[in-house]
Amino acid sequence: MANENRIRVLVAKPGLDGHDRGAKVIARALRDAGMEVIYTGLRQTADMIVNAALQEDVDVIGLSILSGAHNAIVPRVTELMKQQKMDDVLVLVGGIIPDQDIPALKAAGVSGIFQPGTSMDTIVQFIRENVKPRGVTA
Amino acid sequence: MRSSKWRKRRALRCTRQRKSPRDVTQGRHPTAAERRWAETTLTRALEQHPEKPIGAPTGINLDEHGEARFTTLSGRPIRRLYTRADLPEDWSEEKYLGYPGQAPYTRGIHPTGYRGKLWTMRQFSGFASPEETNERYQYLLASGSHGLSVAFDLPTLMGYDSDHAFAEGEVGKCGVAIDSLEDMEILFQGIDLEKITVSMTINSPASVLWAMYLAVAEKQGADWKKISGTLQNDILKEYIAQKEYIYPPAESMRLVVDTFEFGSRYTPRFNTISISGYHIREAGSTAMQELAFTLYDGVEYVEWARKRGLDVDEFAPRLSFFFNAHNDFFEEIAKYRAARKIWYHVMKDRFGAKNERSWLLRFHTQTAGVSLTAQQPIINIARVAIQALAGVLGGTQSLHTDSYDEALALPTAEAARTALRTQQIIAYESGVANTIDPLGGSYFVEHQTLEMEQAALKYFAQLDAMGGMVKAIEHGFPQKEIAEASYQYQRAAEAREKVTVAANEFVIEEESPQTLYIGDAVGKRQCEKLKSLRHRRDNHAVRKALDALKHAAAMTPTAGTGGQVSEANTMPFILEAVKAYATVGEICQALREVYGTYEESAFT
Repeated sequence: MANENRIRVLVAKPGLDGHDRGAKVIARALRDAGMEVIYTGLRQTADMIVNAALQEDVDVIGLSILSGAHNAIVPRVTELMKQQKMDDVLVLVGGIIPDQDIPALKAAGVSGIFQPGTSMDTIVQFIRENVKPRGVTA
Repeated sequence: MRSSKWRKRRALRCTRQRKSPRDVTQGRHPTAAERRWAETTLTRALEQHPEKPIGAPTGINLDEHGEARFTTLSGRPIRRLYTRADLPEDWSEEKYLGYPGQAPYTRGIHPTGYRGKLWTMRQFSGFASPEETNERYQYLLASGSHGLSVAFDLPTLMGYDSDHAFAEGEVGKCGVAIDSLEDMEILFQGIDLEKITVSMTINSPASVLWAMYLAVAEKQGADWKKISGTLQNDILKEYIAQKEYIYPPAESMRLVVDTFEFGSRYTPRFNTISISGYHIREAGSTAMQELAFTLYDGVEYVEWARKRGLDVDEFAPRLSFFFNAHNDFFEEIAKYRAARKIWYHVMKDRFGAKNERSWLLRFHTQTAGVSLTAQQPIINIARVAIQALAGVLGGTQSLHTDSYDEALALPTAEAARTALRTQQIIAYESGVANTIDPLGGSYFVEHQTLEMEQAALKYFAQLDAMGGMVKAIEHGFPQKEIAEASYQYQRAAEAREKVTVAANEFVIEEESPQTLYIGDAVGKRQCEKLKSLRHRRDNHAVRKALDALKHAAAMTPTAGTGGQVSEANTMPFILEAVKAYATVGEICQALREVYGTYEESAFT
């Protein structure tokens, strides 16, 4: 049974890259930290990711990108999220992201960017502190 | 007359004997001298200075008695001291090691080690456009590189052209973008393919890129019988670890066996496969898992080729291997030494290979990209040097040393040169190439080598019971084993039980370094080149070649006779297609239409 208080996270692997060690480790760490985690598997398009996030009613989308394609992929995801009015969903990006790309990604709506060497704990804490409160439930 | 003082001292020593460290006698039979040492010298030292674990005194660093535990990077416990008592009773050089160039090849495949020929210094490189990568190749060769190693970008690796929707944002980012034979011609402009050996890291579309390479060689006037190099072409580790696959496993294996057959007939000096543990390790496996899964992948390829009807001694001499060189120095050396021995027995005993060349495990080594820190990146040079040294002491045939900035980006020219210089210091200054297998006979290294072998054979039995590697992959077995090991390591690292300098210890505040930045201009340029090519070439010839390929691909091949390849072997048809300037994407699409595509269940 899903616990309504649990934070729900979609861990997604967009683009052509198949290096999924980080995505899998993070998925497990968030699960161990008591969150509900849905891992999409590989090669997800922006559409697939946003649809999965809507279906699964998640609080957080974590995108794992190591290939350098983040500038093309991330704004597409955040744009689709805007269209779907998913303003309450936190977007995080983890992977090999050069410093110079960070301002544009933040401007596109990414809340947290985690570069190589970030500890699992840092990410867990970031989510706990920044996840947006759920809408008033009946 | 002995004094009562003497008797007292003796009595005290007896009590100490009863307290001698339990690990010295547990499960082993030390000599009387070792026992005495443990009871006296060692016991005294431990009483005065108890051992302290390296890393946080929790979890993996404590044994069941709460005492310090020392483990390899892969988490295997390591004893304080290794002696003859740690080797099997029947252990002898003759029985367990042999001599270099002699079975079971533990000490190396060459009777002269590096004295006849150093390892090949082969730096993996490729980025942006074929023009820019060609420039980097010229630079590396001018800096003393012996061979080249091509890194392709993700669209190429996945069989898409640069103008495909899936390629957006990916063109030229992780390697060089190659769409057609034209790009391959540019890539090797001014490089004599009869003289320089080239390795190509390409898997699912391997036969397509290889055909392009052979076509360029032909255009240069090079003799196919003389050219040499290596095609990675290892699809099994893609399903297991790196996940760059296109077609389902059985169909992919058929394409691989097509290249074995083609190579054995027409390119006798080309390694048609590089069976790779590197990516398995990078995905988080232990050293034993890397060893076991890689060698068992080798078993699987041989099985499939034999099912086709190929004679093992015809293709096995061109099978080559590729291992990781990680941080744990002795564990890595043991891994390479065990690998040679296991492969010898597999080829001779399991497959009945008679040609000695079929028994030899030849391998390339690359230092562990995953071990590099983005923090204080300059220190990666030291890590790489230690890892590379392990590869050399393990008897590698060729070596890539990572650049220090690779946790952040593809390397700058200066970082790439420094990495090459690191190998050159090992080769020309350190003296380690003077003698063969200098660690052979070390109690520790020999014990580790045997432990590696036993652990790998245990996995072999499990994989045999599952019906082979393709079946095991379909069950997610190696994937889950690796994910578990990867998580355990990450947990230990987070707890600082395993120390990574600059990442979880000895951390400083710092600025990010200057790195290579690949923008999106290369994507636009490749798209323009494709548009122009599609306009210029004979599209009718392209269509005809692709139809012929699809026809052959749909047939079931049996081994060709009389020095020819099977009529259904896809290689000759792919060659025709690339010569007509069909693109990587078009050829892979033709095969997708015949074979379909593969998607794995998401294991976490």
